[in-house]
Amino acid sequence: MPVSVTNSKLIYEALKACDVKIMSALPETWLVHLIRMADEDPDMTLVRLAKEEEGIGISAGAHLAGVNSAMLMQNHGFLAAINPIVSLALLYKIPLLMLISYRGHMGEKDPWQTQGGLTTESILRALNIPAWHLTNSNDIYRRLKDAQTLAHASLHPVAILLTRELMWED
Amino acid sequence: MLRSDALQAIYPELEDRIVVTIMGAVAAELFSLGHRPNFFYLEHAMGLASSMGLGIALSMPEHQVIVLDGDGSLLMNLGTLSTLARYKPGNLLHIVFDNESLLSVGGFPTATSSGTDLAGIARASGVPRVMEANTIESLKESVSDALKSNTLTTIVSKVEAVSPKSFHMDLPLLENRFQFWRCLEAMRKQHTASITERNER
Repeated sequence: MPVSVTNSKLIYEALKACDVKIMSALPETWLVHLIRMADEDPDMTLVRLAKEEEGIGISAGAHLAGVNSAMLMQNHGFLAAINPIVSLALLYKIPLLMLISYRGHMGEKDPWQTQGGLTTESILRALNIPAWHLTNSNDIYRRLKDAQTLAHASLHPVAILLTRELMWED
Repeated sequence: MLRSDALQAIYPELEDRIVVTIMGAVAAELFSLGHRPNFFYLEHAMGLASSMGLGIALSMPEHQVIVLDGDGSLLMNLGTLSTLARYKPGNLLHIVFDNESLLSVGGFPTATSSGTDLAGIARASGVPRVMEANTIESLKESVSDALKSNTLTTIVSKVEAVSPKSFHMDLPLLENRFQFWRCLEAMRKQHTASITERNER
């Protein structure tokens, strides 16, 4: 599977440097290595979800209990979680660090991913959620750290879009 | 059984613990019994009180967390039972008041009114302790047993679909949020201090 192990590892190390202790996830092809790394790390609590909505609740609970968390989701999972993003995270000023695999965009061969890909950024903008694209391994550490810093300072969700260029080695 | 009587009966167990409630009648009735900074009322995001409880329980394993859920909310997020059962935090107690109705929004019947069995779903999802408590006495006993068990427990209590006199709560959402956040921080600090003291002794 040509999902980049090297870049997945850099992302995981950056999350560790951000003192992330709880990660919620639903499996998706581009996230397999990240989920495996979280699963194998005895210092990380990995919560495998039935649906992404739950992850917003878990991250909100973790934040109120003083623990840094991150969410691993596909962009369709982000779309599935919009109501709790609005009626929990935005309503209650909860910082969320959402790592979203950006399927259905440039280079996508799977037709079923494309509608989600075409709407992801406009929906993030409509929700006023700032997003960094991760396209280059040199940006990973700085952009993740800065995204988390903004989330905590603004008490607001932030998104990291994991792009094909970073995640997929053709 | 009236939910307000049920809440009153278990209030002494809630008083000093971390409590997360759903919106509507449960929140209003608990608030009117006496607000505490360790109570959080999730005034929207139906279905996610139990997910928040899980996030808190995993983050503060030394403290007990009680979620006050309802049939309408739980039916919106049944997957939460399978997730709770997967991680089984022993410090989480999940109480579901089942009035077979979406009481706060017109009283329309939920699927539990036509036979959906939430305790059965919880059991089949793998929640290790599931109790049904439909009287005040059995609820008090179930709650007290659950808190002693150190095992993830779901208690389903059938209650009458009776609204509180008022749904008004004199507590802005964000005041509740920041107060609760500070309170949990203080609870953690107190716990750390008590451990340090014990070790020094």
